[in-house]
Amino acid sequence: MQRSGLKPMRGELIWVWVFLGPTLIGLLFGTLGPVLAAIGISFTDWDVITPPIFAGLDNYKRLAGDPTFSKALVNTIYYVGIMVPVSTVLALLFAFLLNQKLRAVTWYRTAYFLPVVSSTVAVALVWSWIYAKDFGLLNFLLRQMGVDPIGWLSSTTWAMPAVIIMGIWGNLGAGIVIFLAGLQSIPETYYEAASVDGANSIQRFLRITVPLITPSLFFYFIITMIDAFQTFESIYIMTRGGPVNSTTTIVYYIYRNGFRNFKMGYASSQAIILFLVIMVLTLVYWRLQERWVVYDV
Amino acid sequence: MMSSTNATQATTSSPKQSLFPFQLSTWQSQRLQQRVTHTLSHLILISGAVVMVLPFLWMLSTSFKAPGKTFVYPPEWIPAPIVWENYPNMWTALPFGKFFINSVKIAGLTTIGQLVTCSMAAFAFSILKFRGREFLFLLLIATLMIPYQVTLIPTFILFSKIGWVGTHLPLWVPAFWGGAFGTFLLRQFYLTIPIDLAESARIDGASIWQIFRYIYVPLSGPAMAALAIFTFMWSWNDLLNPLIYVAELDQLTLTIGLSFFQNQYGGKWTLMMAGAVVSILPILVIFFFAQKYFIQGIAMTGLKR
Repeated sequence: MQRSGLKPMRGELIWVWVFLGPTLIGLLFGTLGPVLAAIGISFTDWDVITPPIFAGLDNYKRLAGDPTFSKALVNTIYYVGIMVPVSTVLALLFAFLLNQKLRAVTWYRTAYFLPVVSSTVAVALVWSWIYAKDFGLLNFLLRQMGVDPIGWLSSTTWAMPAVIIMGIWGNLGAGIVIFLAGLQSIPETYYEAASVDGANSIQRFLRITVPLITPSLFFYFIITMIDAFQTFESIYIMTRGGPVNSTTTIVYYIYRNGFRNFKMGYASSQAIILFLVIMVLTLVYWRLQERWVVYDV
Repeated sequence: MMSSTNATQATTSSPKQSLFPFQLSTWQSQRLQQRVTHTLSHLILISGAVVMVLPFLWMLSTSFKAPGKTFVYPPEWIPAPIVWENYPNMWTALPFGKFFINSVKIAGLTTIGQLVTCSMAAFAFSILKFRGREFLFLLLIATLMIPYQVTLIPTFILFSKIGWVGTHLPLWVPAFWGGAFGTFLLRQFYLTIPIDLAESARIDGASIWQIFRYIYVPLSGPAMAALAIFTFMWSWNDLLNPLIYVAELDQLTLTIGLSFFQNQYGGKWTLMMAGAVVSILPILVIFFFAQKYFIQGIAMTGLKR
């Protein structure tokens, strides 16, 4: 890290405040303040209209006994547990394929990247049309293969897989671009030197490609996981958490409690739990990164 | 399986071009093997690309169909007749023109706010020396870990107390508060600009503002472009914030307008797909013209909100 820089001269220190002013306001009133407030609100009963009532740990006790919250927790882990590994493996596979100096690489990259830039709302609308039970495209294709139509978004069994499939589809492009950048940043000379020293292609793959791609791998994995924990839009558009809460995730449940039922205290306690989960994941990531990842390019 | 002669041979061909960890003994069979792997790779990549693009084609195709035609199977990918009326019908069924203007306004202001405040903070964090710099920067970066939903409720209560709920203000004013992501991205870029430039400008009598304005801002074009594109895209595609803060029909953005449309006209797929096309088209146009910055930005930061 570069620690040098310009030392403001007499009378110039004011510029530091000018440059940092907006950010400091944001840090105080946009982030740190609200986080403390959220912790405070989580100990109250508050509908925003009438004054808050102190409730102690009641919200947290209620969470422990709320079957919908446990369901939301399980659903979130289901979503994250399938979506993140599958999209990581697929993105890695496609990035390896694209890294072979094939023709039309930019075309492929554009195609894979399209879902990443498109609004989830628009894309989720198309997917609900594709998933439609009676005249949806997917069931048509399945019928061609002799499979009976599935109520993708109306069945408690299939709604979550349907949401996951769309999640993978929408995230793949970002992973491919990150992995491709990682693969292309490995200097060709490493492979050449290893070949001169007699390393075969398996050895080159295991000793050069794998260690040098792990930073990108870890990075994508954790970013996607945090993102997946916060999935909201696709669920809002496609299922509204249904049928029978089968796709209600923590974030959707927070939205429902806070902004549908105006139980701000209860919603805040759920948000705090989500915060703790994400914080633990991030810390685990940092520790693992120190141990496993080789930063030596 | 590998002899030492093969290993030396491999130095002449590019080792990266072989995907599979086996090699045949002669030069010709290496060529053959490469051709087989390339063909196979193309096959896999093409089927992947079809899955990626198909929903978009389906969206486009449905948006040009006569309402009854959506239930015709096998599906007509190119509808006959092509029905243009879905677009004007969608546009008048709800005030989509208004939604469009709202989205442009909010995403535009958000982008300006982030560019200005993040570049200033990034400049202070990378160039100016002051006490507590490292601590403040770490604090800012640590806030990236805080999920959005945690600050959502207190922020909503704050905005409702000052009477901003029901206006566009909560959707763009916070962009003028800086942001950890943009500051981080620009700081990384500023650190690659040699400090000598600033120092010699300093000796020539340039003020700190001039160094920022005439050296750092002009030199950071690509990073600024990446940040601008991401900010615009996130704001344009955002659903949760407009959902919480605006309810009046003429205040809706395109995303929440579409979701409102879905509630009102559920099942009218031709109209909904026309609306979906209109809402993603501007971002797709930007994407095609500025793809380089999108890709660089993703590769640099990987962030997708």
